[in-house]
Amino acid sequence: MKKLETRVVSMENIAKATYQLVIHIETDMLKTIKPGQFVHIKVGEGTEHMLRRPISICDLDVTKETLTLIFKVFGQGTDKLATLTAGDAIDLLIPCGNGYPIDEINASHVLLIGGGIGVPPLYYLGKQLIEKGIKVTSILGFQSASDVFYEEAFQTLGDVYVATNDGSRGTHGFVTDVIDKESLSGDYYFSCGPTPMLQAVETKLIDTPGYLSLEERMGCGIGACYACVVKTIDGASTKKVCQDGPVFKASEVQL
Amino acid sequence: MSLLKVDLPGLALKNPIMPASGCFSFGKEYSQFYDLSKLGSIMVKAATLHKRLGNDTPRVAETMSGMLNAIGLQNPGVETIIDEELPFLSQFDLPVIANVAGSTIEEYEKVATALRRSNIAAIELNISCPNVKEGGVQFGTDPDVAAEVTRRVKQAANVPVYVKLSPNVTDIVAIAKAVERAGADGLTMINTLTGMTIDLNKRRPLLSNGVGGLSGPAIKPVAIRMIYQVYEAVDIPIIGMGGVRSAEDVLEFLLAGASAVAVGTANFENPLVCSEIIDDLPFILNKYGFDSVTDAIGKGHIDA
Repeated sequence: MKKLETRVVSMENIAKATYQLVIHIETDMLKTIKPGQFVHIKVGEGTEHMLRRPISICDLDVTKETLTLIFKVFGQGTDKLATLTAGDAIDLLIPCGNGYPIDEINASHVLLIGGGIGVPPLYYLGKQLIEKGIKVTSILGFQSASDVFYEEAFQTLGDVYVATNDGSRGTHGFVTDVIDKESLSGDYYFSCGPTPMLQAVETKLIDTPGYLSLEERMGCGIGACYACVVKTIDGASTKKVCQDGPVFKASEVQL
Repeated sequence: MSLLKVDLPGLALKNPIMPASGCFSFGKEYSQFYDLSKLGSIMVKAATLHKRLGNDTPRVAETMSGMLNAIGLQNPGVETIIDEELPFLSQFDLPVIANVAGSTIEEYEKVATALRRSNIAAIELNISCPNVKEGGVQFGTDPDVAAEVTRRVKQAANVPVYVKLSPNVTDIVAIAKAVERAGADGLTMINTLTGMTIDLNKRRPLLSNGVGGLSGPAIKPVAIRMIYQVYEAVDIPIIGMGGVRSAEDVLEFLLAGASAVAVGTANFENPLVCSEIIDDLPFILNKYGFDSVTDAIGKGHIDA
């Protein structure tokens, strides 16, 4: 992991309160990045924001030397990040955490199940799975049609099903309703999204091995401060989301 | 560089900069950013007698120029710390300060006794953690109780004991004098200020613990004031902390009366901050007309 100061290539509002931030990162660093890892970004100058913001890696391009991040504005920190424009300086820790263990799985068809701002890390993951010859089916859940992003991008990977809570796009309901309605199955699943969604997915796909990417408020982002812990399934110890995760085996930790 | 050297009980510091307890774990994570031998010392994460899992999440919240934390003294217990965490630090050229916590005076004693078999240079006696239901801060808010814990840990320990003072008191000078009389070799101050932030959407305190400890630049003036007052009342050295993020901040703490300075929250903002401060400090001392760190200690006082 390194602390890098680099520059913004572009910033684009791609859905409601949702921004795509492309930054310049050199090829050698990009080649070390695994799907599911994140970057920890400093917000602004001065002392106003003392905590960095963890943002998962959505995509990268080793020839263009770019890294793509997608984030949603939730508070003052992300609101400030959204004001960055091309050419601005940006300070980040990269890469953070452990990604999805795609080299350790034996699968021919994988389900990617994302909810809201949990969708982005599944995109680079899907690209990597496709390269390994693994078939990918994506199930993407959003609040409403105005929140939907990257539907076409995921279509380049395989079949895509969208669900919205209000029914304004795709299936009316949750990602688990899509799994039922379309009788979807795979020999592995990878999921990222809000905790209630991850709980529902874990229960629904109890017989399928899977990996979940968790979100938690973080301090240092490197494993030193113990802010972002999650209890192991037996409750006897904890794992650090930033350092041991953010990706965990389903049923490894308490959701 | 000899101009940065400071000698304190048990601590021959090549420079006065050290990461503060709880913000640096046991050093491993930060060692990927720079050589920890560069540090003056390291204050490692608090040890209790038995393993503690800490509080529920959310455990941290950002606030204006600071943050709240309520980790809850999560640690694997003193024996595991001695066997599995401290050995990593022996490869670096720096004295280690262990942070001792407990829920009872007996627990503090037992942790200090257990640490006799380690090669730490000093103990930081944590009588001021605001985030645990039992122990911690209650030992740091009553002068008589603070003195009793200090006395007992001094007897149990085989290294100098620095008592970490809580700012959540009406008269910090009274506590400082009480622990000095009880045999403390030095003081570290300040711990976090208790605070709270409320989530507007959920209409509930954001931290699962409700209350948390406020740290970061927001508390620096409080730390400076308290160190200034305590420096005038005691003869033992003070390791200052509270919102430090630059060499200028370090000089301000020295002027207030600190002999060394710990950096906490700023490590989260910039993992290289301690290393950068050590690089900058000679220039800042020079800029403000000081020949050395020891030359600046206490020089911010009216009669200095």
